[in-house]
Amino acid sequence: MTKMIFLKSDEEVSLIKESAQVLGKAHAEVAKWIKPGVTTKQLDKIADEFIRDNQGSPSFKGYNGFPSALCISLNETVVHGFPSQYQLREGDVISIDCGVKLNGFHSDSAYTYPIGNVSGEVINLLKRTKQSLYLGIEQATEGKRVGDIGYSIQTYVERFGYGVVRELVGHGVGRNLHESPEVPNYGKRGQGPKLREGMVIAIEPMITLGKRAVVQEKDGWTIRTTDRKPAAHFEHTVLVRKGKAEILTTFKYIEEVTENTTLMVSV
Amino acid sequence: MAKQGLIEVDGIIVEALSNAMFRVQLENKHEVIAHISGKMRMNYIKILQGDRVKLEMSPYDLSKARIIYRYK
Repeated sequence: MTKMIFLKSDEEVSLIKESAQVLGKAHAEVAKWIKPGVTTKQLDKIADEFIRDNQGSPSFKGYNGFPSALCISLNETVVHGFPSQYQLREGDVISIDCGVKLNGFHSDSAYTYPIGNVSGEVINLLKRTKQSLYLGIEQATEGKRVGDIGYSIQTYVERFGYGVVRELVGHGVGRNLHESPEVPNYGKRGQGPKLREGMVIAIEPMITLGKRAVVQEKDGWTIRTTDRKPAAHFEHTVLVRKGKAEILTTFKYIEEVTENTTLMVSV
Repeated sequence: MAKQGLIEVDGIIVEALSNAMFRVQLENKHEVIAHISGKMRMNYIKILQGDRVKLEMSPYDLSKARIIYRYK
């Protein structure tokens, strides 16, 4: 993959926004069905069909051999979990990551939900990971550097003793699902590529309750914590601009569906 | 979907091979073949056996690495 960072024109950004709208609604469709007893494969089918019904295609399916439209990561699985016949249970923490390709452009976002009765410390992990995403987005402005984003995420979550996964990173988004630059969730201020107006990046903090060490499963994709403690993952696709970043993907539809339910994660 | 990033690890030079390549032992006892980065070459930074160095590794091939920093 090239190190060249593509800047997107206003027209291209509006195409990404269209893709992001379908993505946000797809997430909400899936969220409606998250409850004990539902299998993760069923959730994947809902997303896959919704995306296609809206003229899009699921970005993840077929990407380097990934088998489905959604990454469904439960509890100690951080990211890239496969949908299966596993039935959701009370107390599970489920992370849904999805991407949509529409009009030639991709969008990428993720959300983590607590199912039913989940311990207070896990709820806090979810809220603080979501908050760290917004802190990272605040740094995504013209003139700052990629390291500033990671620094803000890392210093915020490490205050609570959480771990920041090193092996996986955010990324540029555009005509390809993964583009330059890499956007780690850790870093030093003033380091890394300079952010310029027109860059579209996916910021995706992956934060663990316990230690940050993770290991890859034998399926070659699934990543889980070595200490088997839960992990949270939230992601937005964001446009870098002067002064303030513009969040292209949206959690608005998810929040409409989860408001006043136990699935809600409010910051 | 998250992307696998370049990982930074530390190691000790075990052996100097030809063409500015080195065998390096990592903290987890694995050994890799690493080459010196262009920036270090440009600034004439020498590396000897026994030096502690920082390496950059691609997640797609864990036997190769790039030496990006030599500790004092």
